[in-house]
Amino acid sequence: MAGPKKAGAGNRLERNDRLIRLALLVVAFSAVSVLLVITVFIVGQGTPIMFRYGFKSFLAGSDWYPSEKLFGLWPMIVGSLFVTAGALAIGVPFGLSCAIVLTEFASKRVRGLIKPVIELLAGIPSVVYGFMGVVILVPFIRRTFGGPGLSVLAASIILGVMILPTVISISVDALQAVPPSYREGSIALGATRWQTVKMVLFPAARSGIIASIILGMGRAVGETMATIMIAGNAAEIPRSLLAPVRTLTSNVALEMGYATGEHREALFATGVVLFVIIMVLNTIANATSAKRRKAP
Amino acid sequence: MKHRRTALLLFALVVAFSPACRRPGGGSELILAGSTSIQPFADKWAEVFMQSHPDFGVNVQGGGSSAGIQACKSGACQIGMSSRELKGDELDLVAVVIARDGLAVVVHPSNPVRALRTSDVKQIFAGDIMSWRPLGGPDKRITVVTREEGSGTRGAFQELVMGKTRIFRGAITEDSNGTVREIVANDPCAVGFISLGLVNEQVRALDLDGAAATDENIGNGRYKLVRPFLFVSRGEPAGRAREFIDFVLSAAGQELVRKEGLLPVR
Repeated sequence: MAGPKKAGAGNRLERNDRLIRLALLVVAFSAVSVLLVITVFIVGQGTPIMFRYGFKSFLAGSDWYPSEKLFGLWPMIVGSLFVTAGALAIGVPFGLSCAIVLTEFASKRVRGLIKPVIELLAGIPSVVYGFMGVVILVPFIRRTFGGPGLSVLAASIILGVMILPTVISISVDALQAVPPSYREGSIALGATRWQTVKMVLFPAARSGIIASIILGMGRAVGETMATIMIAGNAAEIPRSLLAPVRTLTSNVALEMGYATGEHREALFATGVVLFVIIMVLNTIANATSAKRRKAP
Repeated sequence: MKHRRTALLLFALVVAFSPACRRPGGGSELILAGSTSIQPFADKWAEVFMQSHPDFGVNVQGGGSSAGIQACKSGACQIGMSSRELKGDELDLVAVVIARDGLAVVVHPSNPVRALRTSDVKQIFAGDIMSWRPLGGPDKRITVVTREEGSGTRGAFQELVMGKTRIFRGAITEDSNGTVREIVANDPCAVGFISLGLVNEQVRALDLDGAAATDENIGNGRYKLVRPFLFVSRGEPAGRAREFIDFVLSAAGQELVRKEGLLPVR
């Protein structure tokens, strides 16, 4: 207090600086700790029941009747895989074609039009996709192919559209990261543009494209609202594309409201399975994109 | 600098006091939680009740019968709403029947099948009858729509129709009366079960064992799919909970029950 005014101001600035740095650090760690809390909570709530009934009855059991203490998740695990595979079968060819067109064939004006539209697609809430599915797609499938309409097919199509933005934007980044000299060299050797894409750009951007597919997969596995609305949620392994299916996410969201006791624990166990699947996917995606950064 | 400090102080004050504002039931609020089948009716009662008791807040929440009963046990709400009978460790709660509700087995209005035996319904939901043909309908696969495990409506259906038999795994599963009705209203081959009070012109309620799903047939016991709507509380309801239950059981409250398509108990 007795010191000269100037030094006091300097001290204060320094102190402010330290305070802000500390505050930012706390914020950063709170994000990490949220993940930690989620992990601890889900694992803590979900695994005891798995130990009690045995992992095998959980993961391989095909009867989901919580009121009779039967907690077989196998139909939901298979259901999630089917729906995700279906979404990829639809989303990946469309997404990659779109990415190629955007980077290689579209004029600047067309690109300036399409890219924001695709980004907009990512901003549409999933409940809207679900609603469109229920109102337009499901009746269409029921009338054209028969069955209840609420089906693997409907879920695959809607999820396929939902993963488009992820697949497209990451593949576009990967394709754009290929050095121009590759492109120029290929053209100079007499390759056509399509040959250049197929034989030079694709292999060069491969790891980025794979990462885009895996992230799209993560989105499809994790999607809940749209799936609940259009998949029909039958807890049985679907025998055809037109049969209803229940995914892991739907299983949790569908029954969460009413579940108590062991039923509730079993839903947490569903969460654990889902968590492991998502973690594996994310790790693979990170590993492939890390490789891309090191050796382009 | 001064302004910034004032703003910071204000912000801190807001943060410090906001949880206090959000504390549920702070003061004069009565909380009801539970069955989503009862929720819309409870909302109606609460609305009318609060018109005559403007200082008396009634907060109606969903969550399902089991969750409502648990919430009541733990004291998170004063009144739990259950659309099934209490069982097991729930029996130490006090239950008041405030209305009865019929369960309707509903089909698409274009379905030629108008009546079934309860045993047929059981076989349909068990997955033993897969086509409408043996029931007098077209040779089309039946789309069976059920509710999710834990739902009070499913519990009542299981008890009243299925007994020990399971609802088969391939049945489409939805998490509300509304969605079941929506699916049945759009699929000519579908069959589902919903609260009788929620049947509208989009779906048709089937006659069961020769009795149409009407209030009269429920009253004289010919239509068998009936479940109680319960208000449960820890110990005899007292204070505001008592006042609200008395209102629901009064002539005015029960008249609302009738108007909304339920069966009055008084």
